[in-house]
Amino acid sequence: MSGDSSAADVPEADSRPAPSEQPAPEERDHPEGRRNLEGIRIDPVLEAEHESRRAVISALVEDEPGVLARVSGLVSRRQFNIESLTVGPTTVEGHSRITMVVEETDPGIDQIEKQMAKLKPVISVGEVSGDAVTAELVLLKVEADDPAAVHAVTEMYDGRTLDAGPRTITVQLTGDEARIDDALDAFRQFGIIEIARTGQTALARGDTPTAPGEKPGTAGEPTTHDD
Amino acid sequence: MSDTAAQPRDDEAEDPDDAANSDGSAATDAGDPTDADGPAVSTGAESVVAALEAAGAETAFGVQGGAIMPVYDALYDSSIRHVTMAHEQGAAHAADAYGVVSGEPGLCMATSGPGATNLVTGIADADMDSDAMLALTGQVPTEFVGNDAFQETDTVGVTRPITKHNYFAHGADTVGDTVGEAFELSRAGRPGPTLVDLPKDVTQDETDETPGPATPPAGTDPDPNADPDAVEEAARAIEAAERPVCLFGGGVIKGDASDAARTFARTYGIPVTTTMPGIGSFPEDDDLCLSWAGMHGTGYANMAITHTDCLIAVGTRFDDRLTGGIDTFAPEAEVVHIDIDPAEISKNVHADYPLIGDAGRVLDQLTAAVREAPDAEAWRERCAEWKETYPLTYATPEDEPLKPQFVVEAFDEATDDDTIVTTGVGQHQMWASQFWTYTEPRTWISSHGLGTMGYGVPAAVGARVAADAMGEPDRDVVCFDGDGSFLMTMQELSVAVREDLDLTIAVLNNEYIGMVRQWQDAFYEGRHMASDYTWMPEFDKLAEAFGALGLRVDDYDEVAPAVEEALEYDGPAVIDFHVDPEENVLPMVPSGGANGKFATAEDQL
Repeated sequence: MSGDSSAADVPEADSRPAPSEQPAPEERDHPEGRRNLEGIRIDPVLEAEHESRRAVISALVEDEPGVLARVSGLVSRRQFNIESLTVGPTTVEGHSRITMVVEETDPGIDQIEKQMAKLKPVISVGEVSGDAVTAELVLLKVEADDPAAVHAVTEMYDGRTLDAGPRTITVQLTGDEARIDDALDAFRQFGIIEIARTGQTALARGDTPTAPGEKPGTAGEPTTHDD
Repeated sequence: MSDTAAQPRDDEAEDPDDAANSDGSAATDAGDPTDADGPAVSTGAESVVAALEAAGAETAFGVQGGAIMPVYDALYDSSIRHVTMAHEQGAAHAADAYGVVSGEPGLCMATSGPGATNLVTGIADADMDSDAMLALTGQVPTEFVGNDAFQETDTVGVTRPITKHNYFAHGADTVGDTVGEAFELSRAGRPGPTLVDLPKDVTQDETDETPGPATPPAGTDPDPNADPDAVEEAARAIEAAERPVCLFGGGVIKGDASDAARTFARTYGIPVTTTMPGIGSFPEDDDLCLSWAGMHGTGYANMAITHTDCLIAVGTRFDDRLTGGIDTFAPEAEVVHIDIDPAEISKNVHADYPLIGDAGRVLDQLTAAVREAPDAEAWRERCAEWKETYPLTYATPEDEPLKPQFVVEAFDEATDDDTIVTTGVGQHQMWASQFWTYTEPRTWISSHGLGTMGYGVPAAVGARVAADAMGEPDRDVVCFDGDGSFLMTMQELSVAVREDLDLTIAVLNNEYIGMVRQWQDAFYEGRHMASDYTWMPEFDKLAEAFGALGLRVDDYDEVAPAVEEALEYDGPAVIDFHVDPEENVLPMVPSGGANGKFATAEDQL
């Protein structure tokens, strides 16, 4: 084709079938199989779509500037459904723990863990097993029309009165999610003016490490990095 | 870009200047080979440069500016070659392409504010294509950070989602180690861009801390071998397959696993498809090769992908341009997925046999573990039939203008196999990938994941510089560009002229932003909103104004002589090929459609 300037103006016709002569889509064989939205082959007999569920994910991270921005940026960029995120220091200086409650399918939870693990400041990350100890702290400001009744409900839920004024009473509640929800239902009768919740934080029970590779009971010692 | 308005350290700033310009102590020490700890340094900037030299960086692409000046000043005495680009975006793309061609991380530099934000497109491009690259950005002095100082941008914040990791340098004593770590991190495990933001006080401050040997951070350099039990399980699945297909992705090229990939496929007679970034991992003239799959991939690759019962995918993230609709992607295949990044396993397509490790090492493991080749003779014949049935062809009627595909084929015929091809993004990119027969890795340099128009010219600059640095000045570098893409970054032609870079730019000029025009015709009832580019300048004359060779081609008989003249010209050449504006890229899988239902004619879309 090249170098022969005496050739005809238009190149010789290709003897192979032109695109328009090739079999059209409906003339071809197509397989019957399918994949679901998670890229899993669907077994026609046992079609298993994953339901989303609540999971508590705990990450041990290096306490460096921007680490929270990296984690929250990842969560929002990849459209993970997150209910709460808490962060605080650990027994090891320079290490923080991030606890996230997410609502995702199993593959989604797997992706959150794997994507978190790729962040350089994340030392280890994993789902806290189902029977983990979880708790949340809630500050609640209610109308003070009936102080005795407010006090009674506060006592009932092992809460504390932090501030009692002529018009409002501020109460502190702690507990797992079900208990907090029950308490809020009970306080609603007084008229809730303002509320502030910390979000769930969690630790694994007993000797189980909360984040993979973490060694409980070794305060002050560097946490091993489980590769 | 002018200097920072606020300049709190003028006195100290003079120290390195003096040293550099007058054979002072810093310059002498920097070159002292007897110092076991590496060259002595006197400032943060010198520590940065010492770290780069120690890590093996040979070339930087960048643009000067106020906040990065101390680092540039330290480069004055460095062995690192600096190529000044016309625009920071060009610096990032050039560094990216340099990295792909050379196999070493690319290096780009810019000042704070607009310099850094201009890098962003190139960094995002490298991130999407998993290219190793280090970006160094100047920053306003630490005490001004957060005050909206002149040319201040939160570069770490802006680039956080598009880097593998980024760093804000905290002090002159540690900045060298930070830069060394960032350089190594960019190529550790799955490659990607890293960035170090360098406040001017950090680079100007005095230090005598010589950076130590650079290592990637703990936990970022994964085990290259896959779990042996998982390899055995995958091997059993491959042995039992009746319709196996390999899918080699960009990870095969980045992992230098092309030899291992070729050995594996040939040993067991398994047909091969590639992704677009995987072009060159397996020779396209091999009988087993079905070329690349996906939206504009070959019909036979898409048929094979659709009908396979065992897909051996290596170093690919199953991009939607490859898979089409996920419901119809390889719907009957057990998937063996080899990848260095665990997060890619089952992200888009479920892996039945996940093998986490380095592409080459795991392919070697797999080659050893498979005991007998799958019984796939009938399947290979079926693939060969598809090749006969759905060839990549195009018509050349006498009454229609020059076809762009013909230009690509003419260049392929006129050049050697080791020729490096770069492209912009759009129709020309697809034709360059379809009608050129690639046989070697690191010869196809393009913007895949991000789809950055304008990538081609700066990438050609980076590729040319890399080939020259590798002692391969005789390799040709050909950039296929569109008229729209060329107009976005053609200012880098000035760099090619200044540096006397031998490269050829073929503009496939259809006076349209052609891919958009094609989609408007297919999906928007032919309403050509903002896609009509009849206002293009005369690119051959523009090339001459830059000092390059400029040619214009309108007819078939002018193609070969122009190609020959441009390739023989010792320097940058631009050929403005005026091609058929109505030509479409086919075959085509509509976005989200089934690969097996690729359209071979416009009326099928």
